[in-house]
Amino acid sequence: MSLEHFIKDALSPWMYEQGPDNDIVMSSRIRLARNFATVTYPILAEHEKLDDIRSFFKKEYEHQTFQSYKDLEFVSIKDLTPVEKSVLVEKHLVSPHLVKRDEHAAVMISQNEQVSVMINEEDHIRIQLYFPGLQLKKALEEAFHFDDWIEEKVNYAYDETKGYLTSCPTNVGTGMRASVMMHLPALSMTKQINRMIPAISQLGLVVRGIYGEGSEALGNIFQISNQITLGKSEKDIVADLESVVNQLIDHERVARGFIMKRSGIELEDRIFRSYGVLQYSRIIESKEAAKCISDVRLGIDLGIIENTSGNILNELMVLTQPGFLQQYANRTLNASERDVLRASLIRERLKLEN
Amino acid sequence: MECQECHERPATLHVKQVINDQETKVSICETCAKKKGYITYPEEGYSLHDLLTGLFNFDNFNMTNMSENQLNQVKELQCSKCGMTFSKFKQVGKFGCAHCYESFASKLEPIFRRVHSGNTKHFGKIPKRAGSGLQLKKQLKNYREELQQLIETEAFEEAAKVRDKIRALEKGDKEPEAGDES
Repeated sequence: MSLEHFIKDALSPWMYEQGPDNDIVMSSRIRLARNFATVTYPILAEHEKLDDIRSFFKKEYEHQTFQSYKDLEFVSIKDLTPVEKSVLVEKHLVSPHLVKRDEHAAVMISQNEQVSVMINEEDHIRIQLYFPGLQLKKALEEAFHFDDWIEEKVNYAYDETKGYLTSCPTNVGTGMRASVMMHLPALSMTKQINRMIPAISQLGLVVRGIYGEGSEALGNIFQISNQITLGKSEKDIVADLESVVNQLIDHERVARGFIMKRSGIELEDRIFRSYGVLQYSRIIESKEAAKCISDVRLGIDLGIIENTSGNILNELMVLTQPGFLQQYANRTLNASERDVLRASLIRERLKLEN
Repeated sequence: MECQECHERPATLHVKQVINDQETKVSICETCAKKKGYITYPEEGYSLHDLLTGLFNFDNFNMTNMSENQLNQVKELQCSKCGMTFSKFKQVGKFGCAHCYESFASKLEPIFRRVHSGNTKHFGKIPKRAGSGLQLKKQLKNYREELQQLIETEAFEEAAKVRDKIRALEKGDKEPEAGDES
């Protein structure tokens, strides 16, 4: 199956490109929620209707190319193994919700994995686009073009005053969620992030860790996204988000400089210890791995660790997830087996760098 | 202090139990506390969705003051297209189809206001096909605002240009406005 490279490679092709500020911003994402005007939404629709929608997308868009988003691969979720499902979730190509709705759900992914279109998730259509680094405006522009392309064949549910009519009232209006993934180790170390999160929430934006549960952000990776979809245009939402992200970047840079100046040797020690753990450990839990990966990435950004690619953070964070490990082993693994394989994969990956 | 159960993780919870006047104290970590049943979580924790359905139910307390008749009316609010009832909508927090927005219109404004910081109107993208008439309307509105600003700043030459644009638009497409059904 041509699905293979989506499952086998931890890094999506677009991640190899350099984006603005990508020492701190790992990726920018725009997601648009859309529905057919006359079909009941997936939570209530009859099975045949949802199957019709899936068939429609397969017929009209499979292997189609739109601009640089080439040869859309059409994948029915029910055809996937449990491990393949988790890998697609871990790579953020589909949402956890989509794979739970497996009977009628499907996804279309472009070869560069920049675009994925989820079908019959909570809404009939969810288009998402990723860009490396901080490129929200560009991502929005491209998402609009892609949206227009889909709209050529789909009559969208839309109302003059309420905008795009989505299944959940939290998405109505623009149907847009714009988000950025940021690596903020210095703001976390200095605990400044805890003070900034409440302030950011007041601006209608949400900050949360992507990996890990609750308030902790594994690997110091945070996602910042808009909460509000009514009352502001997509452009304004993106501009507001971008200005907050830019401030976070500035604060993170200042904090990094401060730590380097005030406790450079301690920082260097911490980074090299983590580097050592990743290079030599035989058993490593995901939590410890995430912490060490974050330290090493910071070391790379600060020029303390040389000759290692900055992409290592993105790659290892995906590579060390449970689904990915099991797909690599080609069987189900229990937690302690995973910890052993995780350590070994990280060691091998780091050897490739030197 | 380390957890008294697993002796691995730090203890974050301190539980005091009194059974038959016998007091016992346990210091325990979150994971063990969950295993031992000291704390319980609903499935997958407290999601945004739980928060939302909480918000939707805010008018429940008003219901106690309603007459039997009014109560029935509230209960019977149902979407004619997909069959979703308003009470079911409040429970699941999701619309059943696009028509639900119309069916429940009388009840939705406060919900939107709560979820979207007081906003109830869409100001963003207009779909090309579904909204060709709307796009023209919006374009005209933008031009008129621009015109107003130009006049206020006494930039009359620019203003004349914008006025011509408005005229051209109005002349070119009279029909779409009338054909706008949504």
